[in-house]
Order: sequence, then structure tokens, then C-alpha cells
Amino acid sequence: MMHAFEYAAPKSLDEALKLLGSAWGDTEILAGGTDLLSLMKDFVVQPKRLVNLADVGLAGIAPEGDSLVIGAMTTLDALLAHASVPTALTQAAAGVHSPQLRSMGTIGGDLLQRPRCWYFRRGHGLLAQKDGASMVEAGDHRDHAVFGNGGAAKYVNPSSFAPALIALGASVKVRGQNGERSLAVKDLYRTPASATEREFTIASNEIVTHVVVPISRSSNATYEIRQRHGLDWPEASASVAVTVVDDKVTAASACLGHVAPVPWTVDVSSLVGSVLTAESAAAVAAEVVADATPLTMNGHKVELAKVALTRALLRAAGKEVVR
Amino acid sequence: MSDPNGLSRRHFLKGVGAGAIVAGSIEALSAEARAAAQAANPCVGPGAVPIKLSINGSVRELAVEPRTTLLDALRNHLDLTGSKKVCDRATCGACTVLIDGKAAYSCTTLAIAAQGRTIETVESLANGAELAPIQKAFVEHDAQQCGFCTPGFVVASEALLRTNASPDRAAVLEGLGGNLCRCGTYVGLKKACMSAGAPAKGGRR
Ligand SMILES: Cc1cc2nc3c(=O)[nH]c(=O)nc-3n(C[C@H](O)[C@H](O)[C@H](O)COP(=O)(O)OP(=O)(O)OC[C@H]3O[C@@H](n4cnc5c(N)ncnc54)[C@H](O)[C@@H]3O)c2cc1C
Ligand code: FES
Ligand code: FES
Repeated sequence: MMHAFEYAAPKSLDEALKLLGSAWGDTEILAGGTDLLSLMKDFVVQPKRLVNLADVGLAGIAPEGDSLVIGAMTTLDALLAHASVPTALTQAAAGVHSPQLRSMGTIGGDLLQRPRCWYFRRGHGLLAQKDGASMVEAGDHRDHAVFGNGGAAKYVNPSSFAPALIALGASVKVRGQNGERSLAVKDLYRTPASATEREFTIASNEIVTHVVVPISRSSNATYEIRQRHGLDWPEASASVAVTVVDDKVTAASACLGHVAPVPWTVDVSSLVGSVLTAESAAAVAAEVVADATPLTMNGHKVELAKVALTRALLRAAGKEVVR
Repeated sequence: MSDPNGLSRRHFLKGVGAGAIVAGSIEALSAEARAAAQAANPCVGPGAVPIKLSINGSVRELAVEPRTTLLDALRNHLDLTGSKKVCDRATCGACTVLIDGKAAYSCTTLAIAAQGRTIETVESLANGAELAPIQKAFVEHDAQQCGFCTPGFVVASEALLRTNASPDRAAVLEGLGGNLCRCGTYVGLKKACMSAGAPAKGGRR
């Protein structure tokens, strides 16, 4: 059973902000609860107060100028049901193969879910260090990072939505005590330097209120590789956005998921100027993973990331070979 | 399960639960005092809090700590033990209920946060001794072995059938994707779910 806590379901954002503490750990924000309550049952977080965002009016999707504005409390199934949500994002949401998670989980909660690293989930902290040494390196790290793992953090960012939103050039609106700010989705994440830091750049008393996705003409897609059909996270995913004019690529962006402590943005600009083919997609993917730094047990994730990126590019270009 | 004193384990647990409620200080406060206290601090708990839940068509009043999950409220406070606790972590589906008509994990929903929503549990499906079509289909297609996952699968199937009366294989895989069966009765489960919307074939039991 979780530790006892006090609970509030404020009716407005202002009220919610007042209830949040200025230090991580004292208070936590409750969205769908699909990650938070499990973290609490495992005593990974032990808040004294829970602030439920259900009634503050953050659910819903609406076009606004050149963007689609998605409320942070919008559920996964609402995203899937909405015709204007870009393909890369719906394909990421469709990867969560559980109607229960889709009816409960929110886009804000997906972006801010905590790593699944089993050392973290068993109370050893984000950096999982014991006597100054990495428990991850010494232990079972088959699902751990193959990029960006040179420092103490070896876990992978668990969100499939973040890579899609980064490839699409999306941002989040964040409300705090001092008003609102806007942040590229990419800049929501950081690699913590010490065990007391969280893996996000927002403060404990800030709320992600909206996700703002530019409406673009790009062809975009997400490709995930999973060990099982349902109820698990991908081993690797890739989200891409490609603009093609007269059959030639004029712009291309890509981000890998589940391979690094942060969503791993990669450079695919070498595609620009030519026709996107199976060969050019495979070549750029090989170039990208040449930088990988796998640990001893997770080399397969490098290969999976390469395949995911190749196929995401072909899927976006409408050239996917369906086996 | 009953002991020589005629006290079932379930009733014993319920008795303990009721004692805890009486001991909670919230019950002792008058309604006005409670309202005044809430205006100053909108938080409730950590002790037991009176809540109302709409379950299977009736409003149930109970007192729970904010940390009480909907699953624990159903099982330990309301004697609705059809929903099962297996993982308690949103990863198996044994605790599945319908919230506002959609499948949801009751183990990962706080009871206090489920106020104002319409909750339906597996107990609501049969009409007395008359099983619901999906339950009959489970019997007909032998869709269980140990049966512990069954209530969750029945409710998940019911949620699917309400949106898609005759799901194909792919729709069933998707609709039951949030439930696991440790005994591996997936063949029967898929058949039951696919056949429940279709007219009964009759004959076979
Ligand atoms: C078995 C299983 C499989 C899954 N597979 C996948 C997958 O393949 N891909 C994937 O991307 N996800 C996957 N998920 C994650 C799932 O999508 C998330 O659990 C869900 O999206 C979290 O949303 P929530 O609303 O329930 O968040 P909560 O659990 O309520 O919150 C999660 C965290 O975010 C914080 N938070 C939530 N909203 C805000 C906000 N607006 N502002 C600030 N902080 C906030 C909370 O404080 C908490 O720390 C899986 C989960 C499970 C249990
Ligand atoms: S007990 Fe709720 S999902 Fe397993
Ligand atoms: S029948 Fe035993 S777990 Fe499903």
C-alpha cells in the first residue's frame, strides 16, 4: 500500500499551482495515474500531497493559428479519435496496446512518465549508483541506453510520444508561479547530473498545460520495434518528418525513442536534395547509429534503432514494404 | 471461506475496515466544520474521507483514505470482489472495470478520484442468474482455465462489444490488449469475444 497523503482536486490551474510544493517529492501532480500510482506503490515517490488535474480544464484538442493545441489532460484515446492529429503522434499512441491505458493515460503524463529502469523502480535512484559505481553497468542492462550513456545516467526515456513531437517540431506550454513559458519538447528533458535532480527541466511547482504541434505539410511517421504485442514499451522507436517537393526531400527531421536518457534527436539532413529510397534511408540510419555506444548486453538495440529509423523514413515516404 | 466461528475471512476484513472508519477523525466533524476547514485548505485526508461512488446503477457512500484505490474500495469496502488484484500496477487487466463506459484499471484509479464517474463492475453484467451474452460466450468457448483473469477479460470484452458489435480478430487483439492470461487461454478468449456479438449458434455447451 502507498504511504498516506492528502489529496486535492482543484477546479482551476491557479488553485492547482498554489497547492504544489517548491521541492521535488513533497507534492506530485496526478493525471491519469497510470504511472504515478505505481511509482507510489513502489515507494519510488512518496508525496505528502497529490494534486489531481482532472478538473482544471486541460482536456481537449483545438486548432489555433498554424498549430494544433492539445491540452495536457487529453487522453490517448481522444488523441487517436481526432482526425487532425499528425500520423507520427497517432502511430506512437497506437503503440500503447491497452484500451485501459488509452482511456486513462494522458499526453502530459506520457511525456512526463518516469523511466522504467528496474534499478530506479526498485529504489536505487535515477543514476542507480552503489559505492560510486553504476549498478546498471555491473548488472542486467539489456534494456538500457545505447546513446548518451557516457555519464552516470544509463536509463532510457520511456516516452514514445516525445520523439514524435520532437520530429514534428512541437513545444509545450508550461505554467508556473511566475506565469507561462513555452519550451520546445526537446528542451523538456535533461540528463540529471546528481541523484537528487529529476530528468525534466520543469520545476516541481510547474504544470505542463498544453502541447503545441505545428500543422505542417510534412509526411511523418513513427515506427516502433517491440518484443511483445502489448503491455510493454518498445525496444526502439523512430519518429520522422520529411518534406518532399517534386519527389526530392527538402527537409527532414528525426528522433529516436527508448535508446537514450533523453529522446535522441538525430541528424538526417544528408537526405535533403535527393529522392528518398530504401537505400538512402538505410544509409542515413547506418550513419546515425555509427555513433552508438552500447554496453555489453544491449548491442541489439543499436540494430533495432537502425531498422526503426529506416522503416520510419520509408513509412513517411509511403514506401514502406509491409511484410 | 468460513471458520468454525461462522466468521468468513471477507466479513472479518470488512469488520476491520468499518472500525477504521469510525476511528477516523473526519467522521467526527460536523458538516459546517468540514466545509470551513476545506475552504482554508482544499486538501482532504490523509485520514478517511467520506466519498460517494456511482457503482452499478446505485450511489454508494463510504469513507476511504485518499490512497485507497478503486479496486480496494470495491473489494474491501463494498464487497464487490469480482474485480481481481494481480499486478496492482496497470499491467495485467485483472482489475478492469468500466468507467464512463470505457475499460479502465481500477487498481490504478484512486477511489476518491472516481467520484462523479459512472462505474460498472463485472457484477453488473448478469441479470440475476441469467448470464450476459459475453459471459455465456466465455462458458461456451471454454475461455478460462484457472479463471483468475476472467472477470477482467469479460469486462474488457464488454467494453469492446459496446463499440464494435462484431469485432474481427484484429479488433479483438486490440480490444483485449490490456489484459493478460497467465494460463494462456487466448484461443478461447478470442473465440468468445468474436462470437458474443454474433447470434448464438446453439447446440454445443
Ligand atoms: C504496461 C504499460 C505499457 C506502456 N507502454 C507505453 C509505450 O509503449 N509507450 C509510451 O509512450 N508509454 C507507454 N506507457 C506509459 C503510459 O502511456 C503512461 O503511463 C501514461 O501516458 C501516463 O499518463 P498518466 O496520465 O496516467 O500519467 P500519471 O501517471 O498521472 O503521471 C505521470 C507523471 O507525469 C507527471 N505529470 C502528469 N501530467 C503532468 C502535467 N500536466 N504537468 C506536469 N507533470 C505532469 C506526474 O506527476 C507523474 O510524475 C505504458 C504504461 C504501462 C503501464
Ligand atoms: S491488477 Fe490492475 S492491471 Fe493488474
Ligand atoms: S485462466 Fe488462468 S490466468 Fe487466465
